[in-house]
Amino acid sequence: MTTPRWTRDQMAARVAADIDEGMVVNLGIGLPTLVANHIAREREVLLHSENGVLGIGPAPAAGAEDYDLINAGKQPVTLRPGGVFFHHADSFAMMRGGHLDCCVLGAFQVAANGDLANWSTGAPDAIPAVGGAMDLATGARKTFVMMEHVTKAGEARIVERCTYPVTGLACVSRIYTDLAVIDVTPRGLRVRERAEGLSHEELQRLTGAVLLA
Amino acid sequence: MIDKIVASCAAAVADVPDGACVMIGGFGTAGLPNELTEALLVQGARDLVIVNNNAGNGEHGLAALIAAGRVRKVVCSFPRQADSHHFDRAYREGRIELELVPQGNLAERIRAAGAGIGGFFTPTGYGTELARGKETREIGGRMYVLEYPIHADYAFIKAERGDRWGNLTYRMTARNFGPVMAMAATVTIATVNEVVALGALDPEAVVTPGIFVQRVVPIVRAATRAGGFGSAP
Repeated sequence: MTTPRWTRDQMAARVAADIDEGMVVNLGIGLPTLVANHIAREREVLLHSENGVLGIGPAPAAGAEDYDLINAGKQPVTLRPGGVFFHHADSFAMMRGGHLDCCVLGAFQVAANGDLANWSTGAPDAIPAVGGAMDLATGARKTFVMMEHVTKAGEARIVERCTYPVTGLACVSRIYTDLAVIDVTPRGLRVRERAEGLSHEELQRLTGAVLLA
Repeated sequence: MIDKIVASCAAAVADVPDGACVMIGGFGTAGLPNELTEALLVQGARDLVIVNNNAGNGEHGLAALIAAGRVRKVVCSFPRQADSHHFDRAYREGRIELELVPQGNLAERIRAAGAGIGGFFTPTGYGTELARGKETREIGGRMYVLEYPIHADYAFIKAERGDRWGNLTYRMTARNFGPVMAMAATVTIATVNEVVALGALDPEAVVTPGIFVQRVVPIVRAATRAGGFGSAP
């Protein structure tokens, strides 16, 4: 029997539902980028990108790309009316200074206490690269993680302790996966929602840390 | 008369010595001052320490400098990209040193140098491999890591408009590291797509005051190409 799970677009829509009018949000590279497509157009949400732009609009039409106007993933974007540009030190002051309401990041692993590992697999031959991951993880007021619940090999990504090098300590507040939405609380991991038809027991079996119902 | 306009990139980079620390602006391909970097390639300086967010894209600019074996060390936040093969090869062959710095710490360390700050405590990186061996302190119930400024001998940056006093404006996200790098280097060289008369830039809208800029080189505007698509979890 296959495990019932949400699609990537359903995951993105679920994250977008938690992004309220007026929030300032940074969407990380990869899966989190999809969230932008699901934020209702009438909702004024300010999207921030660490390379120095606040107020990102929809992707440009084909042929209208301008590579002086890109996001942190180096993809061409547009600017909403009211959007602004600033230099890198100001951009990271926005994060570190607690001015961003939340960031949504991809991850390799999240620990039960909210430790995040998303910058390095620790493989000895890998070339390390960190970018803004550590700044985002510790800087935004809330750090949301969006990831597949298990690895391609079926290993749990939600674990008691991260085995990959950490990006930040106790920084994750909520985890959105293809199976569940889980809050990191001082008492442990609390399941808010499960994919339709998925039992708590099955979810627990695919999770490397204790889940509170 | 103060006149910081220099006719060519070759003339602007002529005095960069071997062993210099050179900051190069740009994020992805936006704001990369490739005309200056390629002039430095021709000029011949070696044993360079380069500070940039990345470690070169494709075949041009910093990538070409690395490919030519002229870079001893790179200080950056994100060397590994789909088109960073020249850095990747040099790194795997042990021909280049890497100091990996979280992006916000990199920007703030550069800003601190320009602002005369001797060091600062940042929460970014606390408890991670990148803070190993560094001094930490609890301030107001939160843990911070001590980071030091990064000074440079030269900064190469790309601006949009400039005047002969070195006042600059930028174009969209090509601004990125330009303003902070301009502050942190002994000699800042800015390319501009347009030189304008003194007084033509709106003083309310100047982004980098000319005090931070030593040389301004007009270049022929070229559309910024795509590049630098990274890999991420």
